[in-house]
Amino acid sequence: MSEKLSRASNHLTFLRTLERWKPAEIVFWVALVAVQFVFPTSLVFASQILITGLFALSLDMLLGYAGIVTLGHAAFFGIGAYTAGLLAAHGWQDPLLGLVVAGAAAGIAGYLSSFLLSRGGDLTRLMITLGIGLLLFEVANSAASITGGVDGLQGVAVGKLLGLFAFDLYGKTAYAYVLVVSFLLFAFVRSMMHSPYGLALRSMRENQVRALAVGIPINAVLTNIYTLAAVIAGIAGALLTQTTQFVGIDVLSFQRSADLLVMLIIGGTATLYGGFVGAAAFMMVQDRLSNLNPQYWQFFLGVLLIVMTLYLRGGLLGGLGRLAALCKRRRDKERS
Amino acid sequence: MKTARHKRFGLAMAACALSLGLVCGQAGAAESDTIKVGIITEMSGPFADFGRHIVNGAKAYMQQHGDTVAGKKVVLVIKDTTGPAPDVAKRLAQELIVKDKVDFLAGFGLTPNALAVAPIATEAKMPTIIMNAATSIITSKSPYFARVSLTLPQVTEPMAVWAYKNGYRQVYTLVADYGPGHDAEAAFKKVFTKMGGQVVGEARVPLKNPEFGPYIQRIKDSKPQAMFVFVTPGEMPIALIKSYRERGLAKAGIKLLSTGDVMEDGDQDALGDNALGMISTHQYSAAHKSPENAAFLAAYAKIDPLRPNFMSVGGYDGMAAIYNVIKQLNGKIDGDKAMAVLKGMKINSPRGPIQIDAATRDIVQNVYVREVKKVGGHYYNVEFETFKALRDPGK
Amino acid sequence: MHSLLGVLFDGLAYGSLLFVISVGLSITLGLMGFNNLAHGVFAMAGGYLLVTLMGAAGLGFLPALPIVFCAVALGSLVLERTLYRPLYKSTPLIQVLLSVGIIFVATAGANFMFGSGQQPVVIPEWLGGQLSFLGLDLSRYRLFLMAIVAAITAGLVFGLERTRFGAKIRASVDNQRMAESMGIRVDRVFQLTFALGSGLAGLGGALGVDVLGLDPSFAVKYLVYFLLVVVVGGPGSVFGTLLAALLLGVADVAGKYYVPQFGAFIIYAAMIILLLLFPHGLLGRRKSK
Repeated sequence: MSEKLSRASNHLTFLRTLERWKPAEIVFWVALVAVQFVFPTSLVFASQILITGLFALSLDMLLGYAGIVTLGHAAFFGIGAYTAGLLAAHGWQDPLLGLVVAGAAAGIAGYLSSFLLSRGGDLTRLMITLGIGLLLFEVANSAASITGGVDGLQGVAVGKLLGLFAFDLYGKTAYAYVLVVSFLLFAFVRSMMHSPYGLALRSMRENQVRALAVGIPINAVLTNIYTLAAVIAGIAGALLTQTTQFVGIDVLSFQRSADLLVMLIIGGTATLYGGFVGAAAFMMVQDRLSNLNPQYWQFFLGVLLIVMTLYLRGGLLGGLGRLAALCKRRRDKERS
Repeated sequence: MKTARHKRFGLAMAACALSLGLVCGQAGAAESDTIKVGIITEMSGPFADFGRHIVNGAKAYMQQHGDTVAGKKVVLVIKDTTGPAPDVAKRLAQELIVKDKVDFLAGFGLTPNALAVAPIATEAKMPTIIMNAATSIITSKSPYFARVSLTLPQVTEPMAVWAYKNGYRQVYTLVADYGPGHDAEAAFKKVFTKMGGQVVGEARVPLKNPEFGPYIQRIKDSKPQAMFVFVTPGEMPIALIKSYRERGLAKAGIKLLSTGDVMEDGDQDALGDNALGMISTHQYSAAHKSPENAAFLAAYAKIDPLRPNFMSVGGYDGMAAIYNVIKQLNGKIDGDKAMAVLKGMKINSPRGPIQIDAATRDIVQNVYVREVKKVGGHYYNVEFETFKALRDPGK
Repeated sequence: MHSLLGVLFDGLAYGSLLFVISVGLSITLGLMGFNNLAHGVFAMAGGYLLVTLMGAAGLGFLPALPIVFCAVALGSLVLERTLYRPLYKSTPLIQVLLSVGIIFVATAGANFMFGSGQQPVVIPEWLGGQLSFLGLDLSRYRLFLMAIVAAITAGLVFGLERTRFGAKIRASVDNQRMAESMGIRVDRVFQLTFALGSGLAGLGGALGVDVLGLDPSFAVKYLVYFLLVVVVGGPGSVFGTLLAALLLGVADVAGKYYVPQFGAFIIYAAMIILLLLFPHGLLGRRKSK
């Protein structure tokens, strides 16, 4: 970092360069828009990938930027999913309203539970978040009269988007809706991570003591980021509910938290795009493999993961970055 | 250096986004001389056992009857939900309909996976065969659903009737603490108390529960004449029944009664002597004596070395229903016509005669009372009493 | 009436079971600092090995146990050399990824080789049923588990605190470079420690089959329990693991007996409360880092 800093003429220009949208980022989002028209029969899958990517982005805020290890992030996803589902099942069928309320509900839960995370090391936090997640799962299971328990919440009827577009079999409305929401939230997170607040987060991750010494209020920042991540996870959950029109209790499961963590690591942490790339890679490979062999596909996925740990440590994006650096170096050599 | 790297980084990402589309975009072409059956079920994860039995049951039917009906080749397209994952199930159903252009949907080991598919089946007028999921309401969720498996109250109520008729008056119930468990508890209690019996205690055990000791001890302390049990197949019956043996409830004269899920065929040898003498009610036992079952067992053995269970029969009969429809419609599948054929359809199943109710599209079948016995070195549920042609009492 | 003592015994017995299946992780995670979420895979391997030894090879339950321990320990050496060692110094996230990969491979592999159903294990006659003692009915198998727990604890504590090898382990864990410069072959020490942890995992799996059942999803199903016990106890402390297992066991059983309607919540709630009270585990050492 310091080396790069010295190259930039001063800190402000450095921050500005970071903040500017790179052409390739624009291409990334334009390509996602293109999916809507190029692959009209895959939109349901594509929207589920985006939702998972958004969910992974919220985990990245915690894990990549704030350095908080959690295995219970599905709790907030689930709260969002159930909130949106219950609203729709009881007559409030406007999707945008559902999104806002779901985000708020998950945010409140995130705010309250953030206070349990102020002590202990990584493992302790991991287990506390995991415990909260498991407790919540059991609560949803016991409150079967409200949540539908393991059979799932029925009667979720989501109204037309903006009163105009109904959710259809092909997932056209769903994909466009998910894409717009994901992009807006992404842009928000992106600008936040490139603001002084984002730098404060990173310094906290690198060294808590020094961060405290330069005047960063660690506990307040932790509460902040945890709440925000919960809001985004909740919105992702609500999106899943609204596009599936059903809520299964698995939205709260340990499996979902664990899979999410794996996807984020695959994509690469603290890269903003790692969540989306990881979710896309994991889900598409899983889909392909399970089509080839529905029974034993896990074996091949497992092998891929193991190989990755040996050769691709920084995740897919880290690997791409290294590859790019390698090419660059080679080209520089040729020139000289 | 910085900007160049970022450009590449971004280019790579754009490539990722595009390849997302590419991978998604491979569509299966429909051929007119084949009939595709999309099977959506749990092939991996903790419920892999469900999917394995359902799919192998379906394959056993095709093994026995050939894969050509009415001049058309029948092809199974198997999709894995990875467990209880309604969002995945719904997506798979959508893809099977839109991309693979299947003519039937089938499978569904777990209720939420079936429920999530209901609106899609309705919208696409897709005849959908429920091969296992057992919650009562499922078939009411789409007019294109038909069930060939069971409903939980259907197999639970006969247990209450049998218990009362055989002199049990005080029964303690123990169920897994989730929707189906609560349904079983309610169904048993309703019938048993109506006849004059008394439920002296109710215990609900958590789904993730390696320790049954405290619950079994409570039951032992309250000294009922029998306990009625419903838990999910898998490790729960094993822990439960071993705990029942270990704490000497059998010696204390407390009989164990259950639905057949607890005494599932696949677990019998793992339970061994522990389960001997236990009474259960269910629609299928591998020990059922009939030529249909013998043929089924022979065909199944060619597909899977493990013993078939009631889920395998669900898969088998589901395929039988699909073959019937194809025959009747002479290979031209239309959602509404297919449903018309399915309504009221009768099948000579390995479990005995079954029928799909014309009004509810739910299963009508015999439910048997069975006792665990050792037959030829292996443990089986041996049927000794029959409740004939039961409908789903939950409707 | 089931007395308080009976509940206490059941709780301790359940705690023993938790200890047996988790102690191996206490070694790999606690001592070596490797986030080995694939601990359950070694336990599962132990379980399947026991079933195979008893079924196909016709071995007795007791003689099979030491074989399981040794075989899993030896087998783990191969994995240690090829997969684990390169990751000793990498981030916990990569270690988690490796663990998940191994879990996936093992789950599918077990499903392929042994089928998706439950596996049979028949414990000897003299270990089944209950023993009447001072008016209490005590399960023989649970008593046997408790005896094993006592033996493992004594062995580990003695081994780690009193033997030369134990001193080497502690030195290697505390300060690897210093240990190396003192002439300790840290590589070798870690390798043996890993084998020990894995062997104990295998043994725990084998002992657990009778109570927990055994199917291909074993490694995932009980993962939460392994972690729970080890983290609450304080990673790296054998006594801490024992204490945590017994505490959680008693809390869970007592809760389920006296307030069965909250049965599912007790163990998680107990864990959260204990971790809030002891953020570094019951007997955990504060990390100097």
